[in-house]
Amino acid sequence: MMTLLEEFRAWLSAALPEWAAYLIAGIVGIFVVLGFVLTLVIVFIWYERRLLGRFQIRLGPNRLGPEGIFQPIATALKILIKEDVVPEKADRVVHWLAPIVVFVPVLMVFAVIPLSQGAILADLNVGVLYLVAVGSVSAVGIYMAGWGSNNKYALIAAMRTVAQIVSYELPVVLSLLGVVLMVGSLSMTKTVEAQVVPFIVMQPLGFLIFFLGALAEMNRCPFDLLEADSEIVAGYHTEYSGMKFAMFYLGEYGHALAYACIITTLFLGGWRGPVLPPFLWFLIKVVAVFSLIVWLRATLPRLRVDQLMAFAWKGLFPMALINIFVVAVEMLWLVDISRWLVVATNIVLAVVLILAWSRLFVLGRGRVEV
Amino acid sequence: MFDIIFWLLALTAVVAALGVLVMRDVFRAALSMILLFLVVAGIYVTLYADFLAVVQVLIYVGAISILIVVAVMLTQDVWRGSPPGKFRFTAFLVALAFLVVLGWGIVGTNWLMSDELPKQPTVAGIGAGLFGEGGYVLAVEIAGVLLVAAIIGAIALMREK
Repeated sequence: MMTLLEEFRAWLSAALPEWAAYLIAGIVGIFVVLGFVLTLVIVFIWYERRLLGRFQIRLGPNRLGPEGIFQPIATALKILIKEDVVPEKADRVVHWLAPIVVFVPVLMVFAVIPLSQGAILADLNVGVLYLVAVGSVSAVGIYMAGWGSNNKYALIAAMRTVAQIVSYELPVVLSLLGVVLMVGSLSMTKTVEAQVVPFIVMQPLGFLIFFLGALAEMNRCPFDLLEADSEIVAGYHTEYSGMKFAMFYLGEYGHALAYACIITTLFLGGWRGPVLPPFLWFLIKVVAVFSLIVWLRATLPRLRVDQLMAFAWKGLFPMALINIFVVAVEMLWLVDISRWLVVATNIVLAVVLILAWSRLFVLGRGRVEV
Repeated sequence: MFDIIFWLLALTAVVAALGVLVMRDVFRAALSMILLFLVVAGIYVTLYADFLAVVQVLIYVGAISILIVVAVMLTQDVWRGSPPGKFRFTAFLVALAFLVVLGWGIVGTNWLMSDELPKQPTVAGIGAGLFGEGGYVLAVEIAGVLLVAAIIGAIALMREK
């Protein structure tokens, strides 16, 4: 089946030479996706502040425009006009490049996300792997920011990033492999098409592992150690201001949006759904995932560094290994008998494993000891 | 169009590679190498090797470069790099000899061209080649065992006595 972009290109090539149609279709496609991302990021900034307000029994920004919807635009303008300060002993080139290296991979993620039926920029047959690969690049950018700032707090944050992202990449990739096993393809459109039953029902444990790992990868609460403002000022962007800071800020929300889209596509059935048009279903699911992320931020305290690492290596990693093994066995023998048998086994597996592992992470066990 | 893209990528690759050698600042040299890895991934894309390109980014940019950058933190003088040693001239000779052998190999080889179109869904082919019948299952297994041995060795070395 042709994607919308390919149809557009075919329509263009009737009037234009081949290379021009290719170029124009590509550029138009990129701008459409860019518009989608930037609009949603701005809306998300407003939405998160309002929602956090409700969680904390206050109002949140509500003055500018109806319900305060123009507040993020005012904030953006304020940040853009601010003076751009670069520390005297900073590595200027690295300091200047870092926000770009963080921001660009976030945008590149959206190239393989099917926003609606056939609405995908590039239906790569290595889509899922592409997500993981592109996502790993922004760690380099954060590291550049921390190093280039020549500031010890920024550098501590950069070291934490490396430890955190490298550790959480393993459970994330392993839980993705469970999905890939069920789909039998790495393509994102095929992943959506395969989800007659959404994969959150098929493998709840895989979803949980991926969700928690994604929270760590996008540096969200409770894993936001690299900008822990109570310990290391503002982490890797301590020395950033003005436009460059805005890039980090946008990148952070872009990351949250990207992971919300990825979770929607891989585990919640993407644009599939009854009655409503596909794109609306996609939006509803993305907003639901983002609300869950904000909810966690409002509820959970930040983890300590050693707890963070222990949770990745002793908690998520072995669970992800067991999960992928069980899914592989199910795909060999169980899935031909009945799909619902797989669902039942996986739900039981998830409950048992989570109960078993939660015993490892009980704090204190009633003892009062510091 | 492909020619333009190839030359752009090739030029960037050579400049980035030279950057790794020329730059005194070790951290910038490491960043230049990351750029080189990315460009090589781009060249793989133009060769229809999409799986290889993605894996190149995942492993070299996502993992190896991070390892190198962390190693950079352990070097003594990051901004000035290491001063030239007393084997400067010998090293130059060895490098020159290596360059001559390499150039001779590249020019002297009769490169075969194929008119066949590249196989499109590459993943299935690679999977079958690695794990299918008559594939390289044994090699994959041995590589896995070796890696596990290396990891356990690293942990054993790092353990507190």
